[in-house]
Amino acid sequence: MDSLTATVPRTRYANAAAETRTFWALTVAGFRRYSTYRQATVAGAFTNTVFGFLRCYVLLAVAAGAGTATVAGYDPARLATFVWFGQGLLTVVALWGWTDLAQRISTGDVVADLLRPINPVTNYLATDVGRAGHAVLTRLLPPVLIGPLFFPIYLPHRWSTWPLFVLSVVLATVLCFGCRFLVNASAYWLLDIRGPMILWTLLSGVLGGLYFPLRFLPDWLIGPLWLLTPLPSLFQTPLDVLVEVDPTPRQLGLIAIQAAWAVGLLLLCRLVQRRAERKLVVQGG
Amino acid sequence: MRAYWALLRGQASSQFSYRASFAVDLVANVWSTALDVVTILVLFGVTRTLGGLDLHQALVITGMSACAFATADMLVGNVERITLYVRTGRFDTVLVRPLRALPQLLLLDLPLRKLSRAALGAGVYLFALGTAGITWTPARVLLAIVAPVAGVVFFGAMFVITASVAFWWTESGEFGNAFTYGGRDFTSYPVSVYSGWFRTAFAYTLGFAFVSYYPALALLGVPDPIGLPGWTGWCAPLVALAATALATLIWRLGLRHYTSTGS
Repeated sequence: MDSLTATVPRTRYANAAAETRTFWALTVAGFRRYSTYRQATVAGAFTNTVFGFLRCYVLLAVAAGAGTATVAGYDPARLATFVWFGQGLLTVVALWGWTDLAQRISTGDVVADLLRPINPVTNYLATDVGRAGHAVLTRLLPPVLIGPLFFPIYLPHRWSTWPLFVLSVVLATVLCFGCRFLVNASAYWLLDIRGPMILWTLLSGVLGGLYFPLRFLPDWLIGPLWLLTPLPSLFQTPLDVLVEVDPTPRQLGLIAIQAAWAVGLLLLCRLVQRRAERKLVVQGG
Repeated sequence: MRAYWALLRGQASSQFSYRASFAVDLVANVWSTALDVVTILVLFGVTRTLGGLDLHQALVITGMSACAFATADMLVGNVERITLYVRTGRFDTVLVRPLRALPQLLLLDLPLRKLSRAALGAGVYLFALGTAGITWTPARVLLAIVAPVAGVVFFGAMFVITASVAFWWTESGEFGNAFTYGGRDFTSYPVSVYSGWFRTAFAYTLGFAFVSYYPALALLGVPDPIGLPGWTGWCAPLVALAATALATLIWRLGLRHYTSTGS
């Protein structure tokens, strides 16, 4: 009975230009969707900035208490940059709060996604890229502009760091989308994703490097964490690239790990989505 | 009173009926408080003092804050759902019932799953009290009990105040989090960590210094590097009462200001 599916067979070698146009249109739609929540955006940027102050003071107190010039490779200016760009990145990679897909699955609306001539993973990714673009303008900039007014921060000394940082942020966004998609897709099987969601929220925050730079952890923990989980690539990698704790070759190495995780997770998303579609057919008849 | 009791019982039975999912929630909720403690431990892995205090002393502050916040979040934290109620117009259903609006809102979805978190907070607090080397006197025992209770009241008032903003500013989004969750983060560390106008605003203008920092200093017998006298820690209940009075006032103003969305 494997010939019975609810999905329309997709054209294999569609016109690449048309696909790019579709992707772009979805991205613009994603951008515009978020630009309508203006008040909530202001409120969110304000809250991110307050948390920037809180985290920055605590990490600077840690640096002062350690009594050495640097803690785990960071001097106070690097820690300040880490905190303020981190507060800005939080909403760009969108660590938390994305449940669009899970909601559509639980209401059944997701069926409409399957009828579209574009893969759901690509569809949601394009929308998410648009969302991230909006967040760069409205949520990354405020803390990044306000922080330096009150704290001495560190800006990259090597010109190559800026493009690497941008690349790393793009990869982190795609990677984070992949993780969120998988958490949401668990709704195909579980319906209620509160469990996976709580797990994701906690793990991504602490092992992504939001609460403290991961280099504060013992060395035997950092290596495996970075290679075997995608979490440090979400947050810690772009920030470490920015504050130049490593020489250029190592920056490139960290970004390569990010890229590998991003590709792997997107493939996994497609695989999970295909499995789920088969299951939906069985359920929905 | 009986009506409120019925609301609470209904809530409890509906939450307990999905036993496995309730158990998962109980375990999951422990983690956010556990993370606060892990963060302190990691920070002390790279430094010996934080704001002039050592690990055990700092843990008294973190424990007191965690205990107070987790309990207040369980009892009153749900009031932040008011943005949803106001936006969808469901708040009208609350108002037409012959019960007071605030207790109804709190009891309508009392998250009993957060019990585990409040218990962990209390556990951390007791552990910290036991290991910080406090010279116990009857007065300090009293303060050790009164201070976290005052903290619960203070955070509760903070939840109500930030939620009331929704009456004027429907799309306030994450705005309130800056003062509720932000307040929790602020009170998890010694106030001496912060400085400048930011410290003045959070610690003294908003009153967060009296949740855990000054009571903990009074318990530990450590002088305040900022220079306030030792009895400051005993003012915690007064600050909590003042916050409650303000919260009541703002909530009433908000209720009067509320006009239904009509949807």
